[in-house]
Amino acid sequence: MTKVLDPTNETEPAKIPRVDRPTSLDGLTVGLLDISKPRGDRFLDRIEERLVERGLRVERFRKPTFTKPAPVDLRHEIATKCDVVIEALAD
Amino acid sequence: MSQTEVPDLPDGLVAVVKQDCPTCELIAPVLVELAKKSDLTVFTQDNPNFPAEISNRMLDADLAVSWHHHIETVPTLLLVQNGQEIDRTVGWSRPQWERLSGVSELGIHLPDQRPGCGSLSVDPSLSAELTVRFGGSKLLGRRVEFASLEDTHEALFERGWTDGLPVVPPTESRVLAMLEGTTRSPEDIVATVPPDLVPCTVEKVAINAVMAGCRPEYLPVVLAALEAVCTDGFNMHGLLATTMPHAPVLVVNGPIATKIGMNSENNALGQGNRANSTIGRALQLVIRNVGGGRPGEVDRAALGSPAKVGFCFAEREADSPWTPISTMYGFPSGTNTVLAFPGEAPRNVVDQLSRDPESLARTYAANLISIQHPKLILGFDAILAVAPDHSRIFGDAGWSREKLVDRIVALTVRPGKELIRGAGGIPEGLPEAMADLDLPKFRPNGLHIVHCGGGAGLFSAIIGGWVNGEMGSNPVCVEIIP
Repeated sequence: MTKVLDPTNETEPAKIPRVDRPTSLDGLTVGLLDISKPRGDRFLDRIEERLVERGLRVERFRKPTFTKPAPVDLRHEIATKCDVVIEALAD
Repeated sequence: MSQTEVPDLPDGLVAVVKQDCPTCELIAPVLVELAKKSDLTVFTQDNPNFPAEISNRMLDADLAVSWHHHIETVPTLLLVQNGQEIDRTVGWSRPQWERLSGVSELGIHLPDQRPGCGSLSVDPSLSAELTVRFGGSKLLGRRVEFASLEDTHEALFERGWTDGLPVVPPTESRVLAMLEGTTRSPEDIVATVPPDLVPCTVEKVAINAVMAGCRPEYLPVVLAALEAVCTDGFNMHGLLATTMPHAPVLVVNGPIATKIGMNSENNALGQGNRANSTIGRALQLVIRNVGGGRPGEVDRAALGSPAKVGFCFAEREADSPWTPISTMYGFPSGTNTVLAFPGEAPRNVVDQLSRDPESLARTYAANLISIQHPKLILGFDAILAVAPDHSRIFGDAGWSREKLVDRIVALTVRPGKELIRGAGGIPEGLPEAMADLDLPKFRPNGLHIVHCGGGAGLFSAIIGGWVNGEMGSNPVCVEIIP
């Protein structure tokens, strides 16, 4: 019988329940997050046009770089200002 | 009695011996003499019947007495009063034994002194296990037991703890032996490891270093490498998550490289040297197991590269025409450092005909231009690993590293109109607005020239970098602390 030491971090990831998906976007604020990949802005510009046409409020956000996680302050700002978020990857 | 409790010693004289020691055999008559004239207890480590003439003889079968009382040499003679050790002497020395015992003219037919032998309790093949048994564990990691019918190696694969190659099972005794390689405490936090941003202890690094196949003396290099890559500047998270194939490439400088047996010569970038092969791998296993960075999960590399198994080598400093690469980062020559560079697998540069520095610099420039894409510039650093047959040409001509870098970079300058999108029939390239600029391939301090390789072969090697700067990664060089 061999006994070894666990090489992993031994941590259980914290589970945060997801917010229920809204049945309609009516009256909600939509956050558009550009992760700074090339041409992500083009995609989000078009999405913004379509959402505004439908009379929705839109807030735009941008990560400093796509290679690092979003700064905690940005995540907090998005969470407080928006009801739903669309995040754009692009190239 | 618990095995971690220190066993009592009887009062009087206590001798610890083993038969497999010529000095112990030699002084057996002295023990007989002492047994007659004083209160003597003999602990024997191997043969329970040695020395035959002594009646007050005990077998230290599990070496608990020897281990707990720090016996490093046999014979050791101790003087004990009220259960406390008052004095000791190691090996055979008539004056010392007479002083301790108060008995004169001991062993008058023997030489005056004779060194002893190593105690079984410090035998390298036993000491780690004895430390686990008697020392009580200072390790915090969860213990995982495999059933006797489980194949340990298969079990380690099945748990997802390996990179696809076999690993050394990280038993407690092996991890304790690994920890002997550093002065740092097992519970010290080394770095916060991405992608899960987990604070990683020295102990966890040691566990993964055992698995990678490291020897204890490599551990300080692994610890320094982990610190280097887990900085905001190096951005290990981005390097792991990128779809590009890059990984940390480690270059070791300073006397430690030779001391731990690293290879900076023949096949320096290849296989066959334990330190080179396992240090980089240990770092990758920490990223995988502690950080949670696994291919197909946060590691999104489209193609990857053999460098991702682990890539570590030493600079050939001894006959280098240049100062160590660590001097680029402000460390004086002779400092033990590790440079973490976000790189890919090396590729060879052939120039067997150039005999002057200018023509060889042109060869380098022509090859370096193509890193990632010939039309993409300034965004990627590189290591140029120069082997001795090439470096000699610069050394003989008195070209410093700075002079060579400046010349190569000057030779890579091209007009923007050749680099913009669409030029040469290739959409990849720079924005139109840069058409009128003359642009070099490398940013300042982007090109790293490192001396390494075997004595024969007019070659160099290029290790291309990942996206540099704030958006990607900057190379980080740190000092290796014992």
